[in-house]
Amino acid sequence: MADVTLRKVVKKYDDVLAVRGIDLDIADHEFVVLVGPSGCGKSTTLRMIAGLEDITDGDIMIGGDIVNDVPPKDRDIAMVFQNYALYPHMTVAENMSFGLRLKRYPKAEIKTRIDEAARMLDIVELVDRKPKQLSGGQRQRVAMGRAIVRNPKVFLFDEPLSNLDAKLRVQMRIEIKKVHQKVRTTTVYVTHDQVEAMTLADRVVVMNHGRIEQIGTPNELYHKPATKFVASFIGSPAMNFIPCRLEESGGKLHVRITDRLAFPLPPARAARYQSVSRTDRLLLGLRPEHITEASAHPEPGVENFDTVLDVTEPMGMETLIYFALEGAQICGRVNPNAGAVDGGPLRLAVDLNNMHLLNEGTGAVI
Amino acid sequence: MTSTVVIDKAAPSRPVQLRSMSRDRAWALKWSYFFLTLFAIFSLVPPLYMVITSLKTSAEISAATNPWWVYHPTLSNYVELLTSNQFLTFFRNSALVSIFVVTITMLISVPAAFALARMRFWGSATLATGVFLTYLIPETLLFLPLFKMFAAFGELTGIQLINKWYVLLIIYPTLTVPFCTWIMIGYFASIPKELDEAAIIDGASWFQTLTRIFIPVAMPGLIAATIFAFTVSWAQFLYPLVFTTSTDQLVLPVGIVTTLIKGDVFAWGQIMTGALLGAAPPLIIYAFLMDYYIAGLTAGATKG
Amino acid sequence: MADVAIERSATAPRTVRKRASLRTALKRKSTAAFLMTLPLILLIALLVIYPAFYSLHLATLNKSMQRFIGLGNFQFLFKRETFWLVVEQSCIFAITAVVFKALIGFIVAHVVHNIPAKGQRKWRGMLLVPWVIPPAMSTLAWLWLFDPSYSAFNYLLAGVGVDRIPWTGETGWARFSVILVNIWFGAPFFMIMYLAALKSVPDQLYEAAAIDGANWWQRIWYVTLPMMRNIIAITTLFSLIVTFANFDIVRILTAGGPLDRTHMFATWAFRIGIEGGDIPLGASVSLFMVPILAIAAVFILRDINKRGNEA
Repeated sequence: MADVTLRKVVKKYDDVLAVRGIDLDIADHEFVVLVGPSGCGKSTTLRMIAGLEDITDGDIMIGGDIVNDVPPKDRDIAMVFQNYALYPHMTVAENMSFGLRLKRYPKAEIKTRIDEAARMLDIVELVDRKPKQLSGGQRQRVAMGRAIVRNPKVFLFDEPLSNLDAKLRVQMRIEIKKVHQKVRTTTVYVTHDQVEAMTLADRVVVMNHGRIEQIGTPNELYHKPATKFVASFIGSPAMNFIPCRLEESGGKLHVRITDRLAFPLPPARAARYQSVSRTDRLLLGLRPEHITEASAHPEPGVENFDTVLDVTEPMGMETLIYFALEGAQICGRVNPNAGAVDGGPLRLAVDLNNMHLLNEGTGAVI
Repeated sequence: MTSTVVIDKAAPSRPVQLRSMSRDRAWALKWSYFFLTLFAIFSLVPPLYMVITSLKTSAEISAATNPWWVYHPTLSNYVELLTSNQFLTFFRNSALVSIFVVTITMLISVPAAFALARMRFWGSATLATGVFLTYLIPETLLFLPLFKMFAAFGELTGIQLINKWYVLLIIYPTLTVPFCTWIMIGYFASIPKELDEAAIIDGASWFQTLTRIFIPVAMPGLIAATIFAFTVSWAQFLYPLVFTTSTDQLVLPVGIVTTLIKGDVFAWGQIMTGALLGAAPPLIIYAFLMDYYIAGLTAGATKG
Repeated sequence: MADVAIERSATAPRTVRKRASLRTALKRKSTAAFLMTLPLILLIALLVIYPAFYSLHLATLNKSMQRFIGLGNFQFLFKRETFWLVVEQSCIFAITAVVFKALIGFIVAHVVHNIPAKGQRKWRGMLLVPWVIPPAMSTLAWLWLFDPSYSAFNYLLAGVGVDRIPWTGETGWARFSVILVNIWFGAPFFMIMYLAALKSVPDQLYEAAAIDGANWWQRIWYVTLPMMRNIIAITTLFSLIVTFANFDIVRILTAGGPLDRTHMFATWAFRIGIEGGDIPLGASVSLFMVPILAIAAVFILRDINKRGNEA
């Protein structure tokens, strides 16, 4: 068990900067997920923690020791790979015990650990099979078992679920969470799937272009994104961005979208945005759940407006609606009974209490 | 073939187009079998003729009866050869040379292939290409300079290697190592990178990764390479012809060709028996490990 | 030197330690890799590359190898009629044999591919037998089949009233015989390569072509051949090298006769260099194989690299 610290870690491949100096503190027992689009440097970061890649600059510490030059085997880590990387010529038990056997653990000890891990992962009856005879989900369990028996300081997961089908992925996600609750080992988990990140993590690290965009709990990231990238990356369907600017009219601060459409800001928001320049090109960020059907008695900060829908997507418990506003495609979520039809008119309400205001140029959330 | 017939009977109302198609196919199949039989006869006539002749006495051969038929089958040729010290010496030399060459080849090519496939270092790509080019250099280009080199080496050091069967242990690897390295590079390269990373994290050294992961996983390739090295060593004719002359140093192919063909008095029964016995080890390996044999054969071009 | 200097400077000890040990780690890995390839490098350098250049040197010496005679050996060769016979025969032999091997291999591969899958193994097994038998051994069988007085072929031909054929005794027939044996030995290799290539062509491609209305011939021309182009090229070039440098078959079947009419570079070099004791002249003869080999090798390498890039 140990904490993991990254200090100004840089990775350069020839002339390409893959990781541009990141700082990260991962506490003991914590489950941290690195998430971002492909090529954002998340896998490279993980592989540097594992010791599979040299670091170009900076320091990596595991349990307080600098491990920059420590070979992977001496870092006391375990890793689960995307394609499982099970040794095809070994049985499940041999796969799980390979590391222990290399370290010459006593046979009895190895057996206890394998039994324990197999029981935890519900693969007791599979221990004598070869990887070929296992399903994808079972292979994934074995790969995790191989990590667990080592009892390492840190678990590293490199997109472990992306080779599984959607249903199995959900199941294994829960499985991973359960295992972590039991063994409480510090875990660094890499994925490109924001749902996986949100559901698994104690804290999520959103990465983009080799930099950390934001670190926070899933809820923080969702409700208080720091940048446009985070705002758009987290949440599905993604947050809507509507070009707008601020204007003063009738003594109240409004967010103006078109000549005919402007919403007055609720007092709390108005106070926060008072100092923003009225000439800046801004983006109004609204999550789909904050664009709903209008009600007869809107709450304060909720404003109604009329629109014509392009497309509707009934999802059962809700209906997703799409319409155009100022050249932007907007998505909203309405009640299935709200009368939304393809091409039909609908009166909608926006909840400005949950709005975000972004600077269009810098992408920063104001 | 049977299935198309069944379809025709079971569904007489099928469109004409379809029926003529299946009839076409039946004809194509008949022609295929005709050609196959023809080619198989062409392929198997020489070995079969070896068997036929090997079962004849010299008297029957020189009597010029029907050469394709054995009237008085006998195993005397086999008995004679298998009890002849000379022939057994050839066989022993061949076996020793082949086994040692296979061992040497594997000891050289497997680590080299691993290094070339996995441990990128300065010049490794060039070296891999060079290995393949070496494989393309035929032995007929090198036998004279090599002969002279070994003669000069003998004069220089007093260690006479020419006319000793074990000189072949030094020379044969030039024929086997390049190709074996080449196909092992292919097999090793097809092992996913994550597998050695997993091994490294599990605490394996490079050497352990090779012996405990790569070699077992690439076993089919290893078997194919071994078969290749063995058959090449067993069949090689030019080098032993050049480098060995005393009858106790000869390997099987050269031994049979040089000792059994005595002037004009051809002992054809014995020659064919000897040739058959000389062909037996590769044929037996082929019979039991055909898939590996073919994998090794095609690997050179498909693994590139 | 540089390492020592850096380690002595005490300004930034931590980063220095890191850099230095990183370098040694790097060194360790490449050293290990180098050591693992060292036997291979030594083998190739000492027993392939060195002798290859040594034969260039040998070719410039006189018979007793004491005097440098420059291009004297080559001048001598150019004036000998036998040399030109060897050139002619080597080209006829290699080209004819390779063309027929490729053609027969292609047909047989198709025929095997055409029959139901469960029978393919058996047929393929039989058809590959010529390639498995050591050529020196199988050529003995052919030698006996071609025997001047006891030829089993002539016996069959006599049955249908054809005169006995001097298989190895007359220039034309002897050339035919060595080529025939080479085709017999080498065609299975083409067959097995083509068969592997045919198996790798996805069935959907043929089905798509059939739906597009392509007939049997058009399917071969527009689907099979383009898909197999690379394998055909590599196999043909490879076989060209091996056939051109052939020794075993000619040596055993005719030993170059009658009257040197079936000599190849390899067998003639052996006759001159080993049997005649003129190693420099023999080396000069075998050097004439180099241009053909080099051209073929360049094309093979190009194809192999192309395959690598595509993959």
